[in-house]
Amino acid sequence: MIKIIDYILERRKQASSVLVVFIIGIFFWSLSVDTTHAHTWAEKHIPGFWSLFGIVSCIVLIFVARWFSSAGISRGEDYYDN
Amino acid sequence: MTTSIFFHPSLILIFGALLLPFIRGPFRQPYLMIVPIITFINVVYLGFSPGIYGEVSFLDWQLIFGRVDSLSNVFAFIMALMAVIGTLYGLHVKDEWQHIAAWFYVAGSLGAIYSGDYLSLFLFWEMMAFASTFLVWFNRDDADAPAAGFRYLLVHTFGGLLLLMGFVLRYQATGSIAFELLDYENSRLYTWLIMSGLMLNAAVVPLHSWLPDAYSKATITGSVFMCAFTTKTAIYTLARACAGFDILIYLGVAMALYGIIYAIIENDIRRLLGWEIISQVGYMVAGVGIGTALAINGTAAHAFAHILYKGLLFMGAGAIIHATGKSKFTELGGLYKKMPLTMLFMLIGGFSVSAFPFFSGFVSKSIIIAASYQEHLLVIGFLLTMVSAGTFLVAGLRLPYLLFFSENRCDESTFEKATDPPWNMLLAMIAAGLLCFVIGSYLPFLYSMLPYQDIAYYAPYDSYHLSETLQILAFTGLGFMLFKNRIGARASINLDLDWFYRRSGKIFLWLAENPIQWFDTLWGKAYRVVGLYSLMTTARFWAWFDWHGIDGLLDGSARGVRSFGRRLSQIMQRGNIQMTICYTVSFVAVIMIAFIWL
Repeated sequence: MIKIIDYILERRKQASSVLVVFIIGIFFWSLSVDTTHAHTWAEKHIPGFWSLFGIVSCIVLIFVARWFSSAGISRGEDYYDN
Repeated sequence: MTTSIFFHPSLILIFGALLLPFIRGPFRQPYLMIVPIITFINVVYLGFSPGIYGEVSFLDWQLIFGRVDSLSNVFAFIMALMAVIGTLYGLHVKDEWQHIAAWFYVAGSLGAIYSGDYLSLFLFWEMMAFASTFLVWFNRDDADAPAAGFRYLLVHTFGGLLLLMGFVLRYQATGSIAFELLDYENSRLYTWLIMSGLMLNAAVVPLHSWLPDAYSKATITGSVFMCAFTTKTAIYTLARACAGFDILIYLGVAMALYGIIYAIIENDIRRLLGWEIISQVGYMVAGVGIGTALAINGTAAHAFAHILYKGLLFMGAGAIIHATGKSKFTELGGLYKKMPLTMLFMLIGGFSVSAFPFFSGFVSKSIIIAASYQEHLLVIGFLLTMVSAGTFLVAGLRLPYLLFFSENRCDESTFEKATDPPWNMLLAMIAAGLLCFVIGSYLPFLYSMLPYQDIAYYAPYDSYHLSETLQILAFTGLGFMLFKNRIGARASINLDLDWFYRRSGKIFLWLAENPIQWFDTLWGKAYRVVGLYSLMTTARFWAWFDWHGIDGLLDGSARGVRSFGRRLSQIMQRGNIQMTICYTVSFVAVIMIAFIWL
């Protein structure tokens, strides 16, 4: 197992491209899935709605967390020791 | 109703714990395994014969120690199973007190789950709080553990008192101590007090700060136990008493979001996992708030799945801390070379919590989200799905990346020490990992235990749900690839609401040491100069008169009282704050009980 990970980590670029191909594959497969039983208008009419939702959620959470941290709650590790 | 034999599972653990110090040498490890296994078998046996057992009349009240029904069964089953896995994980621990505390803690949890009235619930509730505090205090590797233990105990004592006040007021108003669904339409002060007391244990925002604080300071095995029992027992009690309380939907979503945001910026492994518990328990609290049969099924299923995958993640984190002695991402990294098996199991835990198809989160989390759509709570459903993307970001990507795959930030001796854990810890991880996989792949295992059997067979594996989940996972992965450096390891802590009680203590101390002390000294001086001399002279006379005149008449009773008081103070006032807190809480409880009785 260690060797496999070493092998992959040595070829980061190729590994990333395989992942990206995989992600694009999921996106195109999702276009073929029947959405008539979905709950909302957006899910039915926006192709790949959940792909968009996934990446927007991820980016929003990362940046809100970063903003929150830099907005004044971040402190040195010894804050409570003093 | 009491027909078959009932022996309370908690009693097995309590007696087992009391006997443990006498079982030594080669018998210790088999004994440690046998006791939780017998408890588990007992719980399974009880599951086959639902009913009301263990009814005891106490003063004016009818206590019920064994309410066995479909809701208590599923929670008791997973708690007892986790007790077996947790004890296996801690089998190498020589310190018997840690095992005793853990077993009392589990006994408290099982007792609370089976109790049918508030008084016995309160008894077991407090047993859980006290026993789990010791799991923090026993951590001798962390200098901050005693202080964290006190904070944990004080917060839980406060929560216990809220619950106590709530059910005492309810008893006064309704004359009943039965632990059943509260009336939301005609809610009174006691409804909110009981709900707040239960919510504190479920770490509902804003009563949540104790969780990451205590879980990151507990012993390694202690945190594996703690991550399972307190919050999920509280979820059970909320499902029992507060199902359908709208406010819980919003609080649940708030905690799901709040927890995941803190987890994204956290630097300590176990604090990160603690924040994620808050986030995941948020789903369950929202499920309880929705309160429909589907939502309660989802809550029970998610609690079941959550205990296993979160236990697995805490076991993995424990394995890393056990081997390296470090718990911060800034001091770890690149560990796949040294701890491949730990990595594998943490990935399984991460996949399960992130709701990968074929892993447990996929079949449990989606029930709660489906229940929110069913009730036309679209915004709630979308927000919970968003948190689900965040969960993958944190537990499926950030956590394994920072621990195993990113650049090595360990110092030389840490990296040298890093190795996979001993056999018993591995075995416990294998068991939990396998169960995560079985739950996700073989649906009847979990679904046949859910409380509402007529709608239990939810179908998560339809192509639309699969495509939804895979798209979210894939594109969250893409987002992580693009922005992973923005949420890397940073040596900092993030302030939370515990700031108020951690800092206000210091402010109080400063006030006491400075202005109050100054005034006290001044007052003392004035008093000595003006009043003390004359007072002492008079007092001496009266003391003489009292001792020789009056006490002589009363047959030496004053002397008797004095010597009794001295002995009592030797026993009670040892300067041990744990004992003093214990006496105070007991005293308040006795007064409250006397108050409603008279």
